[in-house]
Amino acid sequence: MRPQVLLIILGMALVTYVPRALPMTVLSRASLPGWFRRWLGFVPVAVLAALLGPVLLLPSGRWQPVWDNLPLLASLPAFWVAGRTRSLFRTVLAGLAAMALLVALRPFGIW
Amino acid sequence: MLLYRTEGAAVTAAPHSFFHGFRLALPIVLGYLPIGLAFGVLARTSGLSVGEVAAMSILVYAGSSQFIGAGMMAAGAAPGAIVATTFLVNLRHLLMSAALAPSVSALPPRRQAVLAFWLTDETFVAASTELEGRPTSGAFLAGLFWTSHLGWVLATVGGAWLGGRLAWLSHWGLDFALPAMFIALLVMQLNERRHLAVALMAALLSVLGAVYLPANYNVLTATVLAAAAGAAWSGRTEGAS
Repeated sequence: MRPQVLLIILGMALVTYVPRALPMTVLSRASLPGWFRRWLGFVPVAVLAALLGPVLLLPSGRWQPVWDNLPLLASLPAFWVAGRTRSLFRTVLAGLAAMALLVALRPFGIW
Repeated sequence: MLLYRTEGAAVTAAPHSFFHGFRLALPIVLGYLPIGLAFGVLARTSGLSVGEVAAMSILVYAGSSQFIGAGMMAAGAAPGAIVATTFLVNLRHLLMSAALAPSVSALPPRRQAVLAFWLTDETFVAASTELEGRPTSGAFLAGLFWTSHLGWVLATVGGAWLGGRLAWLSHWGLDFALPAMFIALLVMQLNERRHLAVALMAALLSVLGAVYLPANYNVLTATVLAAAAGAAWSGRTEGAS
């Protein structure tokens, strides 16, 4: 194991652990100011959307026409399955299956 | 056995046994399987060794952070930037940890601190929907948490171990496993119109930031601003009502 990689892993482990443990052990929910609790309430949705936006709209780092944007196209069935089933497993499978299908169809010049 | 007294005479037992937690973890393990396999394969193609993948899955245990970390390492990002991005991506666990606090308030602080290590998006959703704020035992959480973690470690190390032999899978869009997981987790949390508005705003800001901001600051900026807009919006409507 490379020392620098281990160091990065340890750093990642620390900054992953602290937000998991801090509120549960130290802060009680009531002691947080109201505005901060409201802000915190939107963070999960905001961070997931912020991570997804560039992945779906700027694959390979730049804008692509919709018919050439496989992640965006594959996300449509994934969103649909997620809404219908609320299942992590089925959503991931639907997304991967859609992606594989799109990759398989690409040589036929459908888009 | 832990009992929770609701209003009136009705008494419902909160799940408390290790086995109950174990059973609850099985769908999570099923979900971790393709994602973990994908991470293992992609981490190998990013240049990480099987041992490094194992160390990361054991010590960090956070799917999205591990994907992002491995990707940034492959891109040659500075260690500080990788750790900072990881921190940001994991800030969402603050709220989950706070939300789970009432269920563990009876446990000794040290046990709370230890159990908190295994809090993930998936285990949080499973635990919070099962407990609904009722107090539970360490054994139930240990069954849920340890089973899930074991599934994650086995799936990622298995993927890393198969690495080279499964590299052809990345041609078929294996790396879409992570965005697909984000989609599932995002949709699970879109319960109000406000959430949808904040999500759209965060996605848009993040896309603009990816074009106009220095690398990797777009997620932080978009999250802070969109969540603040949501908080300001709900603060105003609560004040008005």
